[in-house]
Amino acid sequence: MRHIISLLMENESGALSRVSGLFSARGYNIESLTVAPTEDPSLSRMTIVTSGSDEVIEQIIKQLNKLIDVVRVLDLNDGKYIERELMLVKVKANDKHRDEMKRLSDIFRGRIIDVSDNTFTIELTGSSSKLDAYLESLDEDAIIETVRTGASGIGRGDRILKV
Amino acid sequence: MKSEIITGAEIVIRSLQEEGTEFVFGYPGGAVLNIYDAIFSQTKFKHVLVRHEQAAVHAADAFARATGKVGVALVTSGPGATNAVTGIATAHMDSVPMVIISGQVPTHAIGQDAFQECDTVGITRPCVKHNFLVKDINKIASTIKKAFYIASTGRPGPVLVDIPKDITAETAEFNYPKEVSLRSYNPVTKGHMGQIKKALDILINAKKPVIYSGGGVVLGNASAPLTNLVNLLNFPITSTLMGLGGFPASDEKFLGMLGMHGTYQANMAMQECDVLLAVGARFDDRVIGNPDHFLSKPRKIIHIDIDPASISKRVQIDVPIVGDVVNTLNYLINAYQDFKGNHDKKIIRPWLNEIKAWKSKDCLAFKDDEKVIKPQKVIQTLHDVTKGDAFITSDVGQHQMWAAQYYPFDKPRRWINSGGLGTMGVGLPYAMGCQLAFPDAQVACITGEASIQMCIQELSTCKQFHLPVKIVNLNNRYMGMVRQWQEFFYGNRYAESYMDALPDFVKLAESYGHVGFKIEKPKDIRPVLEEAFGPKLKERTVFLDFITDQTENVFPMVPNGKGLSEMILAEDL
Repeated sequence: MRHIISLLMENESGALSRVSGLFSARGYNIESLTVAPTEDPSLSRMTIVTSGSDEVIEQIIKQLNKLIDVVRVLDLNDGKYIERELMLVKVKANDKHRDEMKRLSDIFRGRIIDVSDNTFTIELTGSSSKLDAYLESLDEDAIIETVRTGASGIGRGDRILKV
Repeated sequence: MKSEIITGAEIVIRSLQEEGTEFVFGYPGGAVLNIYDAIFSQTKFKHVLVRHEQAAVHAADAFARATGKVGVALVTSGPGATNAVTGIATAHMDSVPMVIISGQVPTHAIGQDAFQECDTVGITRPCVKHNFLVKDINKIASTIKKAFYIASTGRPGPVLVDIPKDITAETAEFNYPKEVSLRSYNPVTKGHMGQIKKALDILINAKKPVIYSGGGVVLGNASAPLTNLVNLLNFPITSTLMGLGGFPASDEKFLGMLGMHGTYQANMAMQECDVLLAVGARFDDRVIGNPDHFLSKPRKIIHIDIDPASISKRVQIDVPIVGDVVNTLNYLINAYQDFKGNHDKKIIRPWLNEIKAWKSKDCLAFKDDEKVIKPQKVIQTLHDVTKGDAFITSDVGQHQMWAAQYYPFDKPRRWINSGGLGTMGVGLPYAMGCQLAFPDAQVACITGEASIQMCIQELSTCKQFHLPVKIVNLNNRYMGMVRQWQEFFYGNRYAESYMDALPDFVKLAESYGHVGFKIEKPKDIRPVLEEAFGPKLKERTVFLDFITDQTENVFPMVPNGKGLSEMILAEDL
């Protein structure tokens, strides 16, 4: 099953490689991983999207907690949460497709952020599955380039990950 | 308080002294020259110059295993660090508290492919508990403080501190921190009382209980409470390779070692029990064999361990108790003593009888021979001659298993071997570490002609530091365990496992300034061992080259991937 794991870690050089090294050394999957400093510059927040059986996820959480630089770990799937991912897509938008591209972008609440004679670049945010759905709705030939940030997640209401 | 201005190198030395370091095992080189210069003018700890960095780490590792203190090694950048990696990984797999200081090229040269540069922190990351690259002289002392704290608390492990050369030449104030606290690292110490009560209830009602004790009991200094608990409950107990000595082997409740080369009674009891209490052990592949086979029998499992990640890793646990073994066992003992109900000790009698029947198979019996030396006989005689009170180190292979089977340990920290990583070559440097820690103790390295050659250069270190270790070489001219697997599972095709072109070990020992014996007849085993451990050779390193039976195998054996009760016994063949 797909899990989104949030963690806070010391914002130190090499901290990211401790996490990615753990996943490769123990053969865990990483679907996506995003990291950036928090409002407290001594801490980084990381969101890892992974998948595995309950036992594997339990081990992942325990192994992450074991890393000395990791301060807190939360499996967002243990409760209610929100996830968002940002995607930039460059699509073919020549004469006959231009209107259709605009309409499709609107349906998915995308924003056209760059325009050229033959292309649109569309900014889209949402859950990873929404972004997948958008890409599926496009004609394969229409996609020129995509770039995704990977999911970020946060607990709903008073589910808080903080030091 | 007035603080002094000293060099980074001196800060390193002073920090090690503040930690009470007695020995630093090391090898100099360009990037650590400043540190060595500071060592030159200090007398508080002794530096032990090895002949290869791998041995420095192994010796420091053995010092830690034998004493319970943090072992310290010092190596230079690049090849010094990479040579140390095998030693570090060995210590990591067996959770040994160590601090390794490595030199690094100057900060401005990092990343420039400088001479003797390597990414030491990157290379060692997967095989340390934690590591640091210190780029600021003002952080040397606090980093070393953290390194010792992390290495020795929680589940112990090696911590590496990489220090660029320029930092050791700069000067700064020296203030050694008194305390350390890390917001991201707070190891659990006390087990959960609710879980302990739950465990007690299960233990008291067990009909077929077994206690399975591991290396955590030795590392956590929990022999006394464990022995106490076993005596109170009167339960049978088995131990892993790493846990030997954690409970006295001479006690009749002890079933012997379990696992791939465990005793028949230990493995059968482990498989057939209805309640299993695991203490400081991790259910690894060499211990429980095939986990599916192991789980095919229903049983309740209680697991005490300081590392939450060890719990339910290979086998689902019913009652996990995360905590320090000493504390948790003491709580369990208190809970038992406060227990107001009736503990009917008779309910386990049929089970004890079943175990007695398994024991009567006498699975460690071997056919002695008058013409050829049996390796088991050498170890039994060694046990006799040393009165079971020696520090025994081993390398890896058949001799290691025979040592574990035929040298029963009554005390913890006497059996020093590489269980997790299985590193050939550890035996001699391990013996050095033990002998330095306990200069008056008997120290024997049980090894084979293949393993001993992997760190044979350390005979020179033994000479320089007057280390009277006794090397018991079980020389069967084969990498014995490889040969055994080739015999059993590869149709007797002995690919590259024959040890050709062996040196004359007696002459080799003599050329290093030691005493050597070659023993070929069974009748000479005892007299030669008595001479080696006798007063005449008390001060000497002795190399005992026992020419043993080439065809001897280690039994019982649970073939790889099989279940614990699917052992091959000597009598089956």
